[in-house]
Amino acid sequence: MENSLDPAPPLLEVCGISKSFGAVRALQEVDFTLRAGEIHALLGENGAGKSTLIKVITGVFPRDGGIVRLGGEEVAPRSAKAALQAGIATVYQEVNLLPNLSVAQNLFLDRQPMRFGIVREAEMRRRAKALLAGFGLDIDVAAPLGSYSVAVQHVTAIARAVDLSARVLILDEPTASLDRHEVDILFGIMRQLAGRGIGIVFVSHFLDQVYEISDRITVLRNGRLVGERETASLPRLELIRMMLGRELAETTSERASAGEHKAREVCASFENYGKAGYVAPFNLELRHGEVVGLAGLLGSGRTETARLVFGAERADRGQAKVEGASVRLQTPRDGVRLGFGYCPEERKTDGIVADLTVRENIVLALQAKRGLYLPLSRREQDEIARRYIKMLDIRPADPERPVGLLSGGNQQKVLLARWLATSPRLLVLDEPTRGIDVGAHAEIIRLIRELCDDGLALLVISSELDEIVTYSDRVVVLRDRAHVDELTGEAIDVSNILAAIAADGATVAHEGRA
Amino acid sequence: MRGLPPVLITAIVLVAGFALCAVQFPNIASTRVVGNLLTDNAFLGIVAIGMTFVIISGGIDLSVGSVIGFTTVFVALAIERWGVPPLVAFVAVLALSAAFGAAMGAVIHVFDLPPFIVTLAGMFLARGASFLLSTESVPITAPIYSTVSDFALRLPGGGRLTAIAIIMLVIVLGGALLLHLTRFGANVYALGGSRSTASLMGVAVGKMTVKIYMLSSLLAGIAGIVFSFYTSAGYSLSAVGVELDTIAAVVIGGTLLTGGQGSVIGTFLGVLIQGLIQTYINFDGTLSSWWTKIATGVLLFAFIALQQGLVALARRPVARSAGAAS
Repeated sequence: MENSLDPAPPLLEVCGISKSFGAVRALQEVDFTLRAGEIHALLGENGAGKSTLIKVITGVFPRDGGIVRLGGEEVAPRSAKAALQAGIATVYQEVNLLPNLSVAQNLFLDRQPMRFGIVREAEMRRRAKALLAGFGLDIDVAAPLGSYSVAVQHVTAIARAVDLSARVLILDEPTASLDRHEVDILFGIMRQLAGRGIGIVFVSHFLDQVYEISDRITVLRNGRLVGERETASLPRLELIRMMLGRELAETTSERASAGEHKAREVCASFENYGKAGYVAPFNLELRHGEVVGLAGLLGSGRTETARLVFGAERADRGQAKVEGASVRLQTPRDGVRLGFGYCPEERKTDGIVADLTVRENIVLALQAKRGLYLPLSRREQDEIARRYIKMLDIRPADPERPVGLLSGGNQQKVLLARWLATSPRLLVLDEPTRGIDVGAHAEIIRLIRELCDDGLALLVISSELDEIVTYSDRVVVLRDRAHVDELTGEAIDVSNILAAIAADGATVAHEGRA
Repeated sequence: MRGLPPVLITAIVLVAGFALCAVQFPNIASTRVVGNLLTDNAFLGIVAIGMTFVIISGGIDLSVGSVIGFTTVFVALAIERWGVPPLVAFVAVLALSAAFGAAMGAVIHVFDLPPFIVTLAGMFLARGASFLLSTESVPITAPIYSTVSDFALRLPGGGRLTAIAIIMLVIVLGGALLLHLTRFGANVYALGGSRSTASLMGVAVGKMTVKIYMLSSLLAGIAGIVFSFYTSAGYSLSAVGVELDTIAAVVIGGTLLTGGQGSVIGTFLGVLIQGLIQTYINFDGTLSSWWTKIATGVLLFAFIALQQGLVALARRPVARSAGAAS
């Protein structure tokens, strides 16, 4: 397989692409090549730069540097439409077609067969039917597109793109909302198109599917190219290591010795807790004075678990218990009432209120918990703000400064302070160290340990495996929206976590994988 | 196909309403009454066709009533005071209103403003301009007016299909053709589905927006001329609030107020339903004519509730089992 494709010049060649948003460097000197007739998976964790790369190639974002060649000729599309005309088509997870129009109109919009200024409806339907038949789809093309399943809509979008003489087809998470049978149909079509010489870029976080369909894999991390490999010769563990950027040999850092954790009191427990189509049912015990880490790849169900635990999402099965008693946990309000706190991943959009001051942000949750009729006096507010600014070492130590002007690490501390002020029993932290510089990073980790020693129960999500290993007493590993493994005590190290993530569905052994 | 179920419901309401009226007042079921109904609602039907295009494309045009008012005043003054030949006056006022609509469309697209605000401004502008021209009713005595008024096709049973009713029917047919059979029509639906997606799929969104509002204002201009034939006068206060009757007719006709779905024939039926209610009240003789508004309001509410129900039904999420660890 490796050699048969080699002689042909690459269909799409991307050299040294860079892109910055303000001070953030989203892509740095990234190379990517796509051959005619291959299915090429583009992989990477959240923030790796996959979407940015696609958008730069298709002209949605202007690029800062680098060149793109299509069939040997340099192209620089300035819009998605121009890219389409050049022969690069993109089909996004959210299908970009018009659900209110008929399937036929969607396929031929703006290029319908005409006679005397009138659309030849019958001819258009005949052609649409013939086109879709080539994709193994036999449907009523006069019906509105929105009346069909997402899979049919995807195939329609692909059919339109291919019919517009696309040579490069970019599929961004095409399988995320499809069931297994629909995925099979889509894969059949992808193979057929590749057979016709179309180059396909496949973005997905379902590794099983990547191994099933792709010829080669390119991995990005933090806006840089990690490597390009033949799928057949790349072990799964190696791939995950490329994505997460961890060497298996790397030693674990010094861990607070656990061991007596079995003796600790259970704070909250979840039995067979889950939601259809969201996270498979799981059992989870959170104890006072214990940190539970959630590890897994992007899309494995970490954040989903956190949202269920807090009540931000309503479970449709299972039982939640707090201090041994069954409780109702259906809304974030319930979560707050039970003494839960949640610092979400998207700090800027879901967490801080950038225009309010540090003091106002800190007292927000406490005030909400007390209700509108028991306002905190200004003196109490000042007192609380001062206490947490001191305790968490928030800088600058000015309670009246708008939070938006603080650094990422200090914003994170303000969020922490907000929940700590409500004296919670359980705190859920989703990626508490994302986008924070190294110094603040260590400090947040120290804080997590300290809070835990004070008897708080913590559930922490992180993509940084080192970090999880450092502070967790137990690590729950997730894959494909299900809890697949739980590591405790000595078993917690980076290589075991990686092995559990990579395990191919079969049994998971904890010992000596390397 | 698309939009058919709501149109069917509108048709059933119209037929049932007509049957009910005919039971109470057998005279209603005559070509004479039907002919008058078409004549009385000719201007409303014409302007509602334009509004159908605008609403299906996801917009709204609040200026049409004012454009009708302006047109009647302009035509009356041009013919009676300025001595312009009537046909020249018609062409001039249609060019003016088309340009006015194109300008609104351009502003909506270029500055990315909500059509509601832009056409609201257009509504005040056009109404203000007509007051500027004249604040009093100007009677039109030109011979063409009596000729047109006298012209009518005799229907069996003593009814008359007047010239303005014929104009309306021709425009309904032309509108249906344009909306349902041309590329322009398909693009109107595409815009109503999603402007950004339509743009990605190659539709020239800016040009389409300009053309759609131009069409609406042009039809409002024609409706204004028809209105001046109907009343033989130009008055700056004529057709106040007609934009709302028009929107009501379009929505009762099964067009989705959020855009993307609807039909010309539905709008036509919607106009007839409003005319029927008015006719019933005239026959009854004891009811206040404001009952028309009340009945229209009730119907409008019923139709919007119905549409929301249909939309909610279409959006019902499909339950999917959780992906278990394979």
